[in-house]
Amino acid sequence: MSEMTKQRPKHLALHEIRLPLAGFASILHRVSGAGLFLLLPLLIWLLQLSLGSTQSSAEMFAAVTGNWLVKLILLGLLWAFFHHFCMGIRILLIDVHVGVEKQQAHASAMAVMVISLALTAIFGLKLLGAY
Amino acid sequence: MQRLVVGAGYGLKDWLAQRVTGVVMAVFALIIFAAALGGAMSSREAWQAFMANGFIRFLSFLFIVSLCWHAWVGVRDIWMDYLNSAALRLFLHVMTLLALVGYAGWAIQIIWRL
Repeated sequence: MSEMTKQRPKHLALHEIRLPLAGFASILHRVSGAGLFLLLPLLIWLLQLSLGSTQSSAEMFAAVTGNWLVKLILLGLLWAFFHHFCMGIRILLIDVHVGVEKQQAHASAMAVMVISLALTAIFGLKLLGAY
Repeated sequence: MQRLVVGAGYGLKDWLAQRVTGVVMAVFALIIFAAALGGAMSSREAWQAFMANGFIRFLSFLFIVSLCWHAWVGVRDIWMDYLNSAALRLFLHVMTLLALVGYAGWAIQIIWRL
């Protein structure tokens, strides 16, 4: 036991670790959550502008959301939200012992990646004014 | 002295809180999505009328509280996992908590002013 404890790597070489898809999706759950947290002030500000009663708040909302850099950030947040949402449902299902087996877990991780990217594309095109 | 830092007892509570707040937010997101399909975002006026509805304001409040609670548990986990310096960790825990409490007040004031 003590022998094993000694050999345990103290510092993981992150670039050498090859994660399975479920591990990759799991890390993205954390990344997307962190991104949503960091940009929360932007989202609350947009909510404030969208619900403001004055003409200036309406103009400001249009100007901010019309900015291409803001659009790009919102596109990223859109993906972050959908990934976090889908991954959250996957976690809840695994909590109640649905899809715990290795193959099912791999398939559901793949589903999370594909569905969240597809939803980002659908809503992202709307955001960018494609339709 | 070597200490084993376990048994604070908050683990299960946080785990449950993360699930409950997550479900609250997911349900709210689906309601907003359904409302948008129903035209709640078709114009600025429609959006404001929708958000001013008493029941929606009640749900929005729950959403904001859930979001901040959920973010607190999640972000704190990130600091705990990656930071070795207790001083830095404490500092960021406090900053995260203060930011989230402030965000909650700001967002609640926006929806309850309607």
